[in-house]
Amino acid sequence: MTYVIIEHNNGKIEDISFEMLGKARAMGNGVTAVLLGSGTGDMVAQLGAADKVIVCDDPAFANFNPEAACKTASSILSGNTGDIILVGNTSMGMEIGPGLSASLGIPLVAYVTDIADGTVTSSLYGGKMSVQSAVSGGYIASVMAGAFPGDDGRVDGSPATEAATACVTSDLKVRFKQLIAPEGGDVDITQQDVLVSVGRGIQNEDNLEIVEELAQKLNAAVSCSRPIVDNKWLPKSRQVGKSGLKVKPKVYLAIGISGAPEHIEGMRDADTIIAINTDENAPIFDYADYGTTEDLFDVVPAITEKL
Amino acid sequence: MNIVVAIKQVPDLVEELELNDSGTDLDREWLKFKVNEFDEHALEAALLLKDAQGAQVTVVALDNGLDIDKALYAAAAKGADRVVKVTGEFEGYVSSHAAAKALAGVISGMSPDLVLTGVQAVDDLDGQLAVLLAHELGMPHITVVTDIEVNGSTATVQKEYGGGMVGEFEVQLPVTLGIQAAAETPRYVPVAKVRRAMKSTDIEEISGDAAGAGAGFEVTKMFKPETGQGAEMLSGSADDVAARIVEIIKSKGV
Repeated sequence: MTYVIIEHNNGKIEDISFEMLGKARAMGNGVTAVLLGSGTGDMVAQLGAADKVIVCDDPAFANFNPEAACKTASSILSGNTGDIILVGNTSMGMEIGPGLSASLGIPLVAYVTDIADGTVTSSLYGGKMSVQSAVSGGYIASVMAGAFPGDDGRVDGSPATEAATACVTSDLKVRFKQLIAPEGGDVDITQQDVLVSVGRGIQNEDNLEIVEELAQKLNAAVSCSRPIVDNKWLPKSRQVGKSGLKVKPKVYLAIGISGAPEHIEGMRDADTIIAINTDENAPIFDYADYGTTEDLFDVVPAITEKL
Repeated sequence: MNIVVAIKQVPDLVEELELNDSGTDLDREWLKFKVNEFDEHALEAALLLKDAQGAQVTVVALDNGLDIDKALYAAAAKGADRVVKVTGEFEGYVSSHAAAKALAGVISGMSPDLVLTGVQAVDDLDGQLAVLLAHELGMPHITVVTDIEVNGSTATVQKEYGGGMVGEFEVQLPVTLGIQAAAETPRYVPVAKVRRAMKSTDIEEISGDAAGAGAGFEVTKMFKPETGQGAEMLSGSADDVAARIVEIIKSKGV
């Protein structure tokens, strides 16, 4: 049996859950979904790809709580140490996956992009290396978003359900306080025809000027990869990727962006991707339509000049 | 307040990555290493708390036989009060499960209120360290953290989800947190200051033990991922390339 930990936030089942359900279905050993939530009826009806759904419906799961989720998932799966358990390599999954590995005492393979006959493939080193691991017995796979198509798992239905009890006591050490929606930025990068997107290769904040000039000429917005936001060079509202926004512009200029999986997740659906990066092995070139290894500090001002 | 920060070194991805002869790991002999960037953020988060409300900051790293001393001196130069190298059999690649066990054995003796480490690393194949470490320490955990406020015996912590959503939690100390980003850019420290720290700082050595802990599976093959269709590479001078890019953009009707 393959178990899938369903991820949802704000009442909506996340895409990664359907992607994992589709993969679990294809693995052919039967699929059990594990759903922790509050008022879960609508969600169960979307989990038709599962043969069975173990539901823990409790007000404590109205919002995600790492401690309550780990304890309850561990209790539900305590007898399943010989099974394969799929969890998203996501913010929630990064609590539950290692949490289950530690509490159940079974291996965890992270950054998973494929599973076939006991061989688990992961994407490591910022997407620059693939790793195959031989795993025997039960294990947890934390699955990369976008690794498997979601359509196969997106099946409405009325799977059999089994109720589970929440392991939530009054002495939980972690308490949920509130969910905070992102602040709207000055520009909505999800609504742009052209994005001039900048990454670590820009080296420092002052150099942002050259991408801003280019964006201005193109009547485009400047977006960026995570390191730029972590360094506070651009606001969070400009971040493309896993913890930022998903964008689908007509043209996406990736400037000094290596193309770590977390970034690719947010921009792979752009119509035309043009990548500028001096590292010929940068994973971004696998996803780009056009690429150049010329130095961005030469190419970008030259484009601006020619426009 | 007692804050322990666990850091480690990872291959610098700016360098070309080569495989070893058996094709199961990187060829580590010529690799350049640097401190995991998220661990740098964890250290910065600790130092910001120290600046704001006072704290004893201890930085801990497994002795991987590489340049970990340099990383620890740099941490001291930035403001860490105590730097500790965990000695033992930690050369080459250490799994997250083994690191969690060895680090917990040392950290538990330090009575920390907060244990911080990076949210992930480029090589943590058997899972991210923070939650594994929390389990070994018997602490609650929150990972993908972007903000920490400590108020007496609790901390208010912000955790990032996809799409920029943030969950806010209150957690009883002690807690182990996986840090995505500190509230400020990790501080820069000039080389001269690191050199001074090398003279004035003693790196403490404490032996660690990861016996019985490991990933629990074997890597059978490592390889450069097959490039999909891949990009059409534009050739010529920077100027030629720029001209071609202008043509492409214009052809898309934008």
